[in-house]
Amino acid sequence: MTRAEIRQIVVDALGNIAPETDPGAIPETADVREALDIDSMDVLNFIIALHERLKVEIPEIDYPKLLTVAGATGYLAAKLGA
Amino acid sequence: MGEFRMPSLGADMEAGTLIEWLKKPGEAVKRGDIIAVVETQKGAIEIEIFETGVVDRLLVEPGLKVPVGTPLALIRGAGEAPAKAAPPVRPAAVVLPVPAPAPAIKPAIGPIMPPPPAGAARVSPAARKLAAERGVAVAGIKGTGPSGAVISADIERAAGAPAAAPAAPAAAKRTGLDLAEMRRAIAAAMARSKREIPHYYLSHAIDMKATLDWLAATNAERQPPQRLLLAALLLKAVALALEQFPEFNGFYTDGAFRPSEGIHVGTAIAIRGGGLVAPAIRDADEKTLDELMASLRDLVARTRAGRLRSSELFEPTITVSSLGERGVESLYGVIYPPQVAIVGFGTPAPAPRAVDGRVEIRPIMTATLAADHRASDGHRGALFLLEIERVLQQPEAL
Repeated sequence: MTRAEIRQIVVDALGNIAPETDPGAIPETADVREALDIDSMDVLNFIIALHERLKVEIPEIDYPKLLTVAGATGYLAAKLGA
Repeated sequence: MGEFRMPSLGADMEAGTLIEWLKKPGEAVKRGDIIAVVETQKGAIEIEIFETGVVDRLLVEPGLKVPVGTPLALIRGAGEAPAKAAPPVRPAAVVLPVPAPAPAIKPAIGPIMPPPPAGAARVSPAARKLAAERGVAVAGIKGTGPSGAVISADIERAAGAPAAAPAAPAAAKRTGLDLAEMRRAIAAAMARSKREIPHYYLSHAIDMKATLDWLAATNAERQPPQRLLLAALLLKAVALALEQFPEFNGFYTDGAFRPSEGIHVGTAIAIRGGGLVAPAIRDADEKTLDELMASLRDLVARTRAGRLRSSELFEPTITVSSLGERGVESLYGVIYPPQVAIVGFGTPAPAPRAVDGRVEIRPIMTATLAADHRASDGHRGALFLLEIERVLQQPEAL
């Protein structure tokens, strides 16, 4: 899986959580909680979606690393060896 | 013969628009069944029935806006004969003017709006659900089902043909909620609250180290779908504390406080773009944390989709409002009438705290109580907040 594909999965997961927003258009390093106005339930659903789609382990302690599009893409790419 | 009436779904509701019947004359219904969908300021609400019997006759056509209390259907009890073939009851005298059917080019608020004009094609429940998922406005779609009803295939076609679906503002496109209407509902309820309820306020800073350490350790052992949020622990703590403090759990109606036997905690859920609804989690004190978490997840999803059930709106016996991770130190709530209390939780943040005679940095969360002075006094309110703190110090017992 390429980085671009992983990024698309991240953006799609955010889009499903905040359907009225355009997560692909926010800055790569913006905190998605601020940029998309999502709460802790949304963050949990985002992590669940990534976990189930990519079958990677995401401990809670790592959540802060996944709170930007760039951060989540990099984190998942490293886990997947992409 | 029982009358099924337009229910009141909160202090702020005066009328509702019947959107759809989910039961037909002759169908059996039992307590808790969803019989109809009503459009309110809080979205499309699934209306439950609280008697058991057979639907005898439907009295109100979909699309009509009628005041709270208007008979909507006749329900025949077991062994009762069907109603005489009297002329259909037309609630003409009480029917409010029906808004003119919205043209198809009107920005779609969601699949359930605008209501179908009287006599227009019906929409199957499956199609309605699909339309919600696809963000397609039902109005203006030509139905190909029985009697011209809009069916799933029609929605699929409309979803695939962008020209057929009117362009909707992005903010309202898929929420199924009219945020301007919701703002009016909040304004009415909160103005009434501040007009009628003599609020008093208390605040208490709680050391959350034990709670948050337990939560982190618990979640570390779990995969994401099984993880808990602090919100679930806070709901449980309030529910458990209420068992000792019934004067904060119930309704103030007709000049007197009536405590509730059940503890049904309304949980304030914010809607992106503005607005909030606080639907109930039934018997929150008896649910496990996992059950509370599941209820919370379900309620958040349905609140934001504008698809709650009637009982969830009129049942809350107290409200809890949490600012969550991104917020400020404290939140002072406004009581939702006819409830008598609202508990607010601020965002936990590190702060210096005296612990065993030394200053330590601990995660501190401010809990507040706004309560109705007609039903309780500050002394008991303070003890109630202390009880919430005590319960939170033993998270393993939640």
